[in-house]
Parts: sequence; structure tokens; C-alpha cells
Amino acid sequence: MAYDTEVLVLGGGSTGCGIARDLAMRGLEVTLVERGNLTDGTTGRMHGLLHSGGRYAVSDQASAVECIEENEILRDIAGHCVEMTGGLFVQRPEDDDDYFREKLEGCRDCDIPAKVLSGREAREVEPYLAKDVKRAIQVPDGAIDPFRLCVANAIDAERHGARIETHAEVVDLLREGDDIHGVTVRHDSGPGKRTHKTPGTTEDITAEYVVNATGAWAGQIGAMADLDVEVRPSKGVMTIMNVRQVDTVINRCRPKGDADIIVPHETTAILGTTDEEVSDPDDYPEERWEVDMMIDTLSELVPILEEARTIRSFWGVRPLYEPPGRGTKDPTDITRDFFLLDHEDRDGVSGMSSIVGGKFTTYRAMAEEISNHVCEQLGVRASCATAEEALPGSENLAVLEEGMDDFGLRSPVARRSKQRLGSRSQEVLGTDEPNPVICQCEGVTRAEIQDAISQSGSDLNAVRIRTRASMGNCQGGFCCANMANELHPEYDEETTREALDELFQERWKGERHALWGEQLSQAMLNYALHATTMNRDNDPASRTGGVDYGAFDSGDSSARTPSQRRSGGD
Amino acid sequence: MAIADDVLVIGGGIAGATAALAAAEEGVDVRLVTHKQSTLRNASGLIDVLGYTHEGEGPIVDPFERLEELPKGHPYERVGTEAVRDALSFFDEVAGDAYAGDHTDSNALVPTHGGTVKPTARYPISTAAGLASVAEDTLLVGFETLTDFEAPLAAAHLEAAGAPFSARGVTLRFPGIVRDDAKLTRYAHLLDHEEPVSTGSGERSARQALAATVRPHLEGESRVGFPALLGDEHAAEVRADLAESLGVDVFEVPMGPPSLPGMRLEDLLYGALEDAGVRVTSGVPVVDYETDDGAIDHVLVDRHGQEIPHEASQYVLATGGLVGKGVRSERERVFEPIFDCYVPHADDRYDWFVDDVFGEQPYARFGVVPDRELRPLDVDEEPEFSNLRAAGAVLGGYDYAAEKSGAGVSLATGYVAGGRAGTEASR
Ligand SMILES: Cc1cc2nc3c(=O)[nH]c(=O)nc-3n(C[C@H](O)[C@H](O)[C@H](O)COP(=O)(O)OP(=O)(O)OC[C@H]3O[C@@H](n4cnc5c(N)ncnc54)[C@H](O)[C@@H]3O)c2cc1C
Ligand SMILES: Cc1cc2nc3c(=O)[nH]c(=O)nc-3n(C[C@H](O)[C@H](O)[C@H](O)COP(=O)(O)OP(=O)(O)OC[C@H]3O[C@@H](n4cnc5c(N)ncnc54)[C@H](O)[C@@H]3O)c2cc1C
Repeated sequence: MAYDTEVLVLGGGSTGCGIARDLAMRGLEVTLVERGNLTDGTTGRMHGLLHSGGRYAVSDQASAVECIEENEILRDIAGHCVEMTGGLFVQRPEDDDDYFREKLEGCRDCDIPAKVLSGREAREVEPYLAKDVKRAIQVPDGAIDPFRLCVANAIDAERHGARIETHAEVVDLLREGDDIHGVTVRHDSGPGKRTHKTPGTTEDITAEYVVNATGAWAGQIGAMADLDVEVRPSKGVMTIMNVRQVDTVINRCRPKGDADIIVPHETTAILGTTDEEVSDPDDYPEERWEVDMMIDTLSELVPILEEARTIRSFWGVRPLYEPPGRGTKDPTDITRDFFLLDHEDRDGVSGMSSIVGGKFTTYRAMAEEISNHVCEQLGVRASCATAEEALPGSENLAVLEEGMDDFGLRSPVARRSKQRLGSRSQEVLGTDEPNPVICQCEGVTRAEIQDAISQSGSDLNAVRIRTRASMGNCQGGFCCANMANELHPEYDEETTREALDELFQERWKGERHALWGEQLSQAMLNYALHATTMNRDNDPASRTGGVDYGAFDSGDSSARTPSQRRSGGD
Repeated sequence: MAIADDVLVIGGGIAGATAALAAAEEGVDVRLVTHKQSTLRNASGLIDVLGYTHEGEGPIVDPFERLEELPKGHPYERVGTEAVRDALSFFDEVAGDAYAGDHTDSNALVPTHGGTVKPTARYPISTAAGLASVAEDTLLVGFETLTDFEAPLAAAHLEAAGAPFSARGVTLRFPGIVRDDAKLTRYAHLLDHEEPVSTGSGERSARQALAATVRPHLEGESRVGFPALLGDEHAAEVRADLAESLGVDVFEVPMGPPSLPGMRLEDLLYGALEDAGVRVTSGVPVVDYETDDGAIDHVLVDRHGQEIPHEASQYVLATGGLVGKGVRSERERVFEPIFDCYVPHADDRYDWFVDDVFGEQPYARFGVVPDRELRPLDVDEEPEFSNLRAAGAVLGGYDYAAEKSGAGVSLATGYVAGGRAGTEASR
């Protein structure tokens, strides 16, 4: 039987994109299908900590070692997605001394560079730390942009011949007897780039081997072929502040707990998190107490958070996995390790493996291990090159940074654009056309938006994750419509309108969890801009029933306008 | 000695300015103290009275016919329909030729920069030639460097909205603008001052150069719309010159912030305040107050760290809503920050909003609760103070964004609150 593709990867998170790149680089024919945008699952809803391994240095040293190894690799191959902020494990007076010591020893055991700072030294690094912090351990934690990283993996996979299909939901597994040989997907708007208003289609894609990398949704995919994959999704909240109160990752130095970490990201700082098991990864409560807890508990470390402005909150679900029979009650006790479930070994059904658990930081190592497994199954002998080959945007970064010009942009805009685009800056920003700023908060210019549109079609949320446009303080109130303007005339008016509505609603979703103080005022301003100035809530173009224009004010005939006078009309 | 006046108005937006003007009509001494820029910098400069009913029905042709239907507690219900009419006439007087729409009770439909149309009662004269309720073919002109107006898209949108004419849009390069991130005021300034700009055919004045850029794109349309940047101080001349050289009507499409029509309205109101002899102190906030026997004795104004008492016999609170910061909030409460007047709200902040961004948003209705004299009421429905009235967006019980009633409510309540305060103070 002739297959459509050699390997079919399900899920466009970090795991799926990492696998697609790895296998494509090894010369395999790969197709990846993702039901939404890339990163629409957990990957786009996580904390963005590039682990040094410090967090696992006491509880899970194997993970800690893997983290520091991958941390170093990602700095090399994905420099344009990483900001090496450094991190601190901060001890408050009431926190246990023994644990502090264990943490330090653990870091040393795992070869994680670690240095003890006094309370005063820690406050020199981070002036907003509470006056009474006792001491801290400094480690090489960093911030990583999951959107850019995933997209870069996908672009590189495509460069190596892979087919990446977003908005293609797996609705069935094709199983014959004890063999899985493909899937049925539903394309939201036909194959290829997403265009609103294009009718959906379904497609059967057959493959020699299927990799189920759908994370918290892996159980749902398994069930399509009557396989049990025991994922235990666990939710966590993250709350975004309007400015970077800290420039270093701040961890609380105590055994596992909620609300114990702050990660600086671009212009913001993100507080996290909680850990609560949920039954459905698509439908779980997003609760007020979680947001309150972030602010209240983390203010113990950084007191100004109490008064600071939050711009939105969002939740993600961890794809935790527990092998049958362990019965751990508290999700925080479930291992953060990942598991490769070969359904042939496990269930006697060939043609598919599922991959669950793990961390974003170690996505590359996970992808390598799974790709090795797939190659073994297919009898392919090719070795992994993902640890050495830089991702698109990160090639020769150091050399480029020196020689790069500002493309006629204001300096903060130029700096931030170059950080986002890395070595693609010249290709994207080197335009002769006017290149005004579209999103003021994040300093995103037309050229960058157009580049994203050329990658992802009329989907403005896909443009958002590629560029950060609409992710700043105004949460899109000022720039959503300008982003939509950029779709025209390539996309028609109706498509543009729908894309704008979708983005605006999406922005509101997270903003609702930050509705007090400045951000409530911002919400009212945004609402007024869209409803009052533009009347988008009552747009006759989107409403049924026409407007009787003739019944309205037709101008003051006593104050005739010149052209009416000329034509003498009434 | 404390600074003393008959009427003190706090807040200098459209409501405060109207209140001060109405109070001054009563022949009393009036002072207006205001902190930051008013909401007019953000607002489009249109004077909406009522575009949709509180149930979302509309666009309404005649707002005055529908005011009676508004629910109890709505600011228009508090002051009554006649007061709304009087306030508009008062505004028409103040605005003179700068505004149009007073020849009819019917709303006009004005094109918005997003390409929809909006019902409004009074509109800046610069927008008058562009009414979507007038069936004349239209050319919209946008500029490559101006990202919030995509003229071809707006034109297509107008047609999708059923506008009774054909609309076309072109995107051009604005002559004389060299920077991609030039501020809107830079465009206006070029035109205001007829700065010389270099074009393909040598140096020309900014207005001529703009007209020459647009002319080849006209295909028989009888009017041309530009984003609202056609001059600031000399806007009328700029429009007239462009209309003359193009041989068609010229109009502006209202834009988001910074909004020139909004700022022009602000200038107009402040000019009127000066003419009326109102003392204006701006850049300083009122931060506190003292009472005497259920009345406000004086308020404290923070002047660069010093709290200076300001005394008056009557006070008008016109500090705006969530945007103007007359209404504030914290995680647990919503409040009026100067006098702590009662602001009804749900205890749980998750009940302050609904999930649909354009749904019936409780937060949009936050504000103080007035009696028919516009005195803010406490939780027991008694006036908080005998000599305090409130006007404009600081009032609750209406959603101006959904109804399209923002400036109208500010005018009507400012007019009533200021007038009453003036009358009381002159006793
Ligand atoms: C609150 C929180 C904070 C975290 N913080 C960190 C951190 O700071 N650092 C770190 O290293 N790790 C962190 N993690 C862990 C990390 O985010 C995840 O381990 C990682 O992102 C998982 O990636 P994935 O690709 O396996 O899953 P996902 O990103 O969820 O990808 C699975 C994809 O499958 C798609 N899918 C589902 N069903 C279908 C279908 N039927 N058809 C097609 N596609 C489908 C989904 O849309 C999704 O995009 C955090 C996790 C959480 C929850
Ligand atoms: C984006 C946007 C677009 C809009 N478009 C329209 C439109 O097209 N048509 C329409 O009719 N309406 C529109 N509106 C609504 C309308 O602009 C407002 O309802 C109206 O301007 C409110 O006027 P106000 O005077 O009550 O308050 P504001 O204009 O907010 O003025 C309040 C003033 O009080 C000052 N102040 C606050 N606290 C203190 C203090 N403690 N001491 C001293 N001063 C203080 C503030 O600094 C401010 O200057 C729009 C609103 C917005 C936000």
C-alpha cells in the first residue's frame, strides 16, 4: 500500500513541532496536523521558563540534569527565542534552612552553576525583592518564547520538506485490525493556509507511522482507536503584569507550592502558578482565587506586585501522565518526566506511539528520543542533528547582531524587532516601502505583520503569536483593527472583519481576569474605541436587517455644500 | 485664606465645561479645577444623544422620541427629555458654526474609520459633507504611513453596510511626510501652516501638494473623505482650499486617539469658558474634602504636594468614568475616589463583566447614582451631600458605548447640574 506520508505527527505543540523538525532533518517524509494554530495547546499557555534544572534539583535530579543540558543547547540553537535573565531561588525568613541547603547541593550534584547571594546582594540584583528576604541561590534560568520557538521548528521542518497543516483536527484514527495506518482530519478551511469563510473539507491521510503528540489530548486521540492513554490533565494559572517588576526569574526556595515563580518576559512579568487536576482539558473552571493567590502569595517576595497592574491571566493544562497502578493523589506529586507509549508493545496495536508528559525545556531531547524510536520502527538509519543546527532566525546570531542596521526604525522598535526576528531581520525588515508601527505597545511594524500573514493566512491569532502584536498593555484595544487592516486587500472585507472579531474576542478572554484598576479603565477605553468610535457592536454589515439610510439626517439644505450648489440638485 | 468661589466644578471634560458654562449663565463666580486631559482626546468629537435603545434596538432615527423609554435611573430619565433638548440648544449656541446637525431632530449616520456607520446627533462641520445618510458617491483617501485607516477596506465596508452610494478607497503617500512614524499632529501642522513640501514637480505648498496627489484618483465622485487630520487651528481653511482645488466636497472621517476633532471641541469649550469668565485651574487634582453639617465645606486641591483648600457654596463632580478616572476600582471594590460616593457593584469582580466582549457589560454602567437634582445618593438613597451634584461619565446606570449616548449625557447632565448649582449659589 502506498502511503501519503512516511510519518504523521499529531499535535503542533513543542513536542510535535520538535519531532517534525527532527525527522524531516533526518530525511523522512513528515506531515504534521494540528487542530488549531501552532501552540494552541499547552505550549502556548505555559510560563516560558527555560529551566536551569534548579526547580528539580531536589525532587527529580534526572530531570534537572536533562534541563541544564537542554538549556545550554537551546541557548545555542534558538538564541533569538531565549533571554538569559538568570534566576534566583529566594529564601524568606520563614522558609526552611535545610531545604535551602538541599537545593544548593542538588544544583551542584547536577552540574547546575549555583551561587549563594546574601539578602543584600540579592536585592542588588533585584531591588524590588522584599526587604526581609534572607538569601538566594543564583542559577542560569532564562525566559523563552514558546511561540517563536515552535514556529521556528515548523518553518525548519517545512524547509526540509515537511507538510505542516494547522486548523486540521484529527477526527478519527484509521485502524484496520491491529494496525493504525493514518487519520481522518477535518480542515477548517481546506488544506493550506487558513482563510476565513473558506468551506471546510475532510481528508484521510495515511502514513507508515503515526506519532500521537497531542499532549493533554492524547487520551482523546487514543480513544479513537480504543486505546487507553491515561493522561491526567492538570491546570495552572499565569497572570501577566504590565511591566517587568523583575528582570530575573524569581523562584521561592521551598518545596513544591503554588504561586512560587515570576518569569520576566519581553515587556511583562508573568506570575505562576497552580496545579489542579481537571477532567476535560478543553473545559475547566478558570477561577478568581487562582489569580488572587498569584498576587497575594508572590507579593511576599516582591511587595510592589500588590499594587501593580495586571493585564490578563491565562491557564494551561499539563499533560501529566501516570503509568497504570501508581494512583498518586496530588497532581504535584506526579512526575514531570515524559513517557513514550509504543502501542504495539503495550496494546498489541502497531503503527502508532503516543508521547505524554515532559516539559517544554526538554522538548528537543524528547523529540530526539521519539524520532530514534520512529526510525527504528521504519528501519531508517539517520542520526539526530537538532542539537547542532541552529533554528531559522538563530543562525550566526552573534555575527549578525554586530553588523545589523536599524532599517530606518526608531531604536526601541528596531531593537525589539531584531530580537524577535533574529537573523531573519534583514529578510523581513529590509523593505523600501513605508514601514510604520502597527502595534505600539510591542513595537511591531507593518513588515513584520506582513511576514506573519504570509506564513499564516488571515488568522490574526497566528499573526499575534508570531509577532506579539496585541499582547501588550492595551491588549489589542488600539491595534487589533490596524492588524486587520493589514489583511486587506489580499483578503476581502468580510474575511478581514471576521478575523478582527475573532482576535478581539480572544484578547478579551484573558483580559477578563485582570479587570480592576488600570486594566478595567483600559477595558472601558477599548470598549469605547470599538463600540463608540467605530460602532463595531452594531455594525450594519454584520447585522441582519438593513438600515433605512433615507430616514436619517440628509444634511442641512440651508447650508448647501459647494458641489450640491454646482449641480443645483436638491 | 482659602480660595473661594460660588460654584466649583471638578473635572474639565465635556460635562464639567458645560456645567461651568451653565453655572456662569446664572451670574455667579465659577471655578473649574481639572487634573489630566479629558476623554475628548480619545473621543471622536461627535455628539451622540441616543443611537440605540438600552435593549440594543436601532439605529434610532429620532433620539428624542425614544428617550422616554429609558429605564428609571438612566441619566436622561433623571433630567427629563426637555432638559436634553435645552442642553443641546445650549451646546449649539456655544459651538456656533463649528458643529452641524441642529437643523433636524433626526440622527445623522456618520462613516467611521473602521468603515461602519454610526448614528449621532451633532457632528463637527468637518464631517458634514461625508454623511452616510446622503447618497453621493465617495472617494476615501488613506495614507501609507497611517495604519488606522485603510481607505479601500473602509470603502468596501461601507458598501457591505448598505450605504446608499458607491464608495472607493485609495492609499496614497502623504506629501511632505518623511517619517513612517510621524504623529498625526504633524500631518495637521503641515496643512495648517501651508509648509512647503517637495514633490515630483518641484516645491509646492502642503495643501496644493495633497490636492495634486489626490486629483488623478478622482473618478467622478462628488466628495472625498480623509482621516481626521485636515488641519487643527486652520481646519476650515484647509478644507476649503482642498475642496476648491479638487472641485468636490471634502470631509473628515473621525478617528481614534489622538483625535483632532475631539481636541478641537476641547479648544472650543475652553475658549467659551474664558469668554464666560470661568477661572480654570488645570493640571491639579482634587484629593480630599471637609464637611460642615452634611454639606461640603471645602475641597483640597493637590498643588505640587501642597493641599490647598478651595471653597464654594455649590460643587459639581464631573470627573468622568473609568476612563477619566472619576470612577476607580481595586480587586475588591469600585469607588468614587474624591468623596467616596456610593457606586453600586457586585461583590465578586467576576460579576463585573460578561463573556461576550460586546455583551451587556456591567462595568460599563459603573458610576454614582443621582436623584432628579443630580445629587449623588448614598446606599440608603439619601443625598450624600446637600451641595454636591454630579454630571457626565461619573454617573452610572447607562452604557454610553452601547447606546451611543456619551457626549449627550455629559451635555445634558452638565447643563442641569451646572444650572442648578448656579441658581442655588445665587440665592
Ligand atoms: C501552567 C503550566 C506552566 C508550565 N510552565 C513551563 C515552563 O515554564 N517551562 C517548561 O519547560 N515547561 C512548562 N510547562 C510544561 C510545558 O508547557 C508542556 O510540557 C509542553 O508545552 C507540552 O507540549 P506538547 O507539545 O506535548 O503539548 P501541547 O502544546 O498541548 O500540544 C498538543 C497539541 O495537540 C493539539 N491537538 C489536540 N487534539 C487534537 C486533535 N484532535 N487533532 C489535532 N491536534 C490536536 C492541541 O491543539 C495542541 O496544540 C508548563 C505547563 C503548564 C500547564
Ligand atoms: C474612545 C472613546 C470614544 C468616544 N467617542 C464618542 C463619540 O463619538 N460620541 C460621543 O458622544 N461620545 C463618545 N465618547 C464618550 C464621551 O467622550 C464621554 O462620555 C464624555 O467625554 C465624558 O465626559 P466627562 O466630562 O463626563 O468626563 P471626562 O472627559 O472623562 O473628563 C473628566 C475630567 O475630570 C478630570 N478629573 C478626574 N479626577 C479628577 C480629580 N480628582 N480632580 C480634578 N480633576 C479630575 C479628568 O482628568 C478629566 O479631565 C467616547 C469615549 C471614548 C473613551
